[in-house]
Amino acid sequence: MTKGGALPKGFERPSSSPSQEKYEKVKPSSKTTTLRISKFNPESDSTSTFSEFKVHYQRWTTVLDAILEVKSNYDHSIGVRYSCRQATCGSCGMIINGKPKLACFTKISELDSDSVTVEPMNNFPIIRDLAVGFERLIETHKRIKPYIIRDDSEVTSETKEFLQSPEDVEKYIQFAGCIKCGLCNSACPTMATDSSFVGPQALAQAYRYVADNRDKGKDERLKIIDEPHGIWRCHFAGSCSQVCPKGVDPAMGIQLLRGYLLGYRK
Amino acid sequence: MMSNIMRESHIMKIHYLTALVAVGFVIIHIMIRFTHGSFANSLEFESVIANYESIPYAIVLEAMLILISVHGFNGLRIILLELKQGNAYENAVTYGCLAAMIALIAYGSRTIIMATMGMVEA
Repeated sequence: MTKGGALPKGFERPSSSPSQEKYEKVKPSSKTTTLRISKFNPESDSTSTFSEFKVHYQRWTTVLDAILEVKSNYDHSIGVRYSCRQATCGSCGMIINGKPKLACFTKISELDSDSVTVEPMNNFPIIRDLAVGFERLIETHKRIKPYIIRDDSEVTSETKEFLQSPEDVEKYIQFAGCIKCGLCNSACPTMATDSSFVGPQALAQAYRYVADNRDKGKDERLKIIDEPHGIWRCHFAGSCSQVCPKGVDPAMGIQLLRGYLLGYRK
Repeated sequence: MMSNIMRESHIMKIHYLTALVAVGFVIIHIMIRFTHGSFANSLEFESVIANYESIPYAIVLEAMLILISVHGFNGLRIILLELKQGNAYENAVTYGCLAAMIALIAYGSRTIIMATMGMVEA
């Protein structure tokens, strides 16, 4: 397989192909890599296998671009989930060369490797190939009540808008950047062994709402995470924070949340 | 489940506290070993039995036994809970560790008390 990715403005593919040389001129930085895609269908396969494809890439070609190129032209059966292609929807999380990353946010040229191996995220059930089930993540996310809890509302005429100072916002704003991509849960070593663990994504979101001074549900949330498979099972490996594509630091959120439970934060 | 009796945060407070206090007692224990008698002979039977004749030192040893047992068996409970999940298994692990901890403390305390009261002859 030798097809390249999309060309930037100012570059055009030749309508006719008088010579390969002319074609190469419009792809000045094109290189070739081997894309290894994990294939697994839980309904028919007992183990996963890898399909290999030679792909051309440019400096700006992402892993998702390459996967979709292969899917369009060489293997339509590849199962992959994606949507926005701009690291906003959190759909295309996968293991790329051994590390959990967003495929749309990872350029092949930045991987510094002769081959690109893509596998489904760890700690998630595989639906097919690179697509995994998010049921557990959604369930734990819902369980920590990811919304402002209070009796009054800022939308009724009797109440005023809930104003916050920049300092109030600073306490939780980085945690509000979570896109629920699941990369933190995929990287978490506790998630790998403890099937009941709440997980870094939900714990970071619990902190996001506990730290929000508009919220009155702190005690309710702390009770939910203060159980045998809750916040105390985090061993502070920190891999969740390392892999987050949005700069959220779940490991720090978890430690700050522990402060409320240990009584040194109010 | 243990969580019905105590919240996990209370258990973990005990876990962290026992670790910190145990370190303090172990430092006292090591310092006594260096300053009283011969360090090289400290594991000889007569030396070990002689330790218990000092009541304050016997109290230090009893405190170490309790603190390290509580901390260690809770640590074991945590490791086992992370290895496998399920109500029956988790109950067995929690109450098993609790029972083992009580048994170890009881047996160790019996030894310390007997030696302190001179019921073990050198």
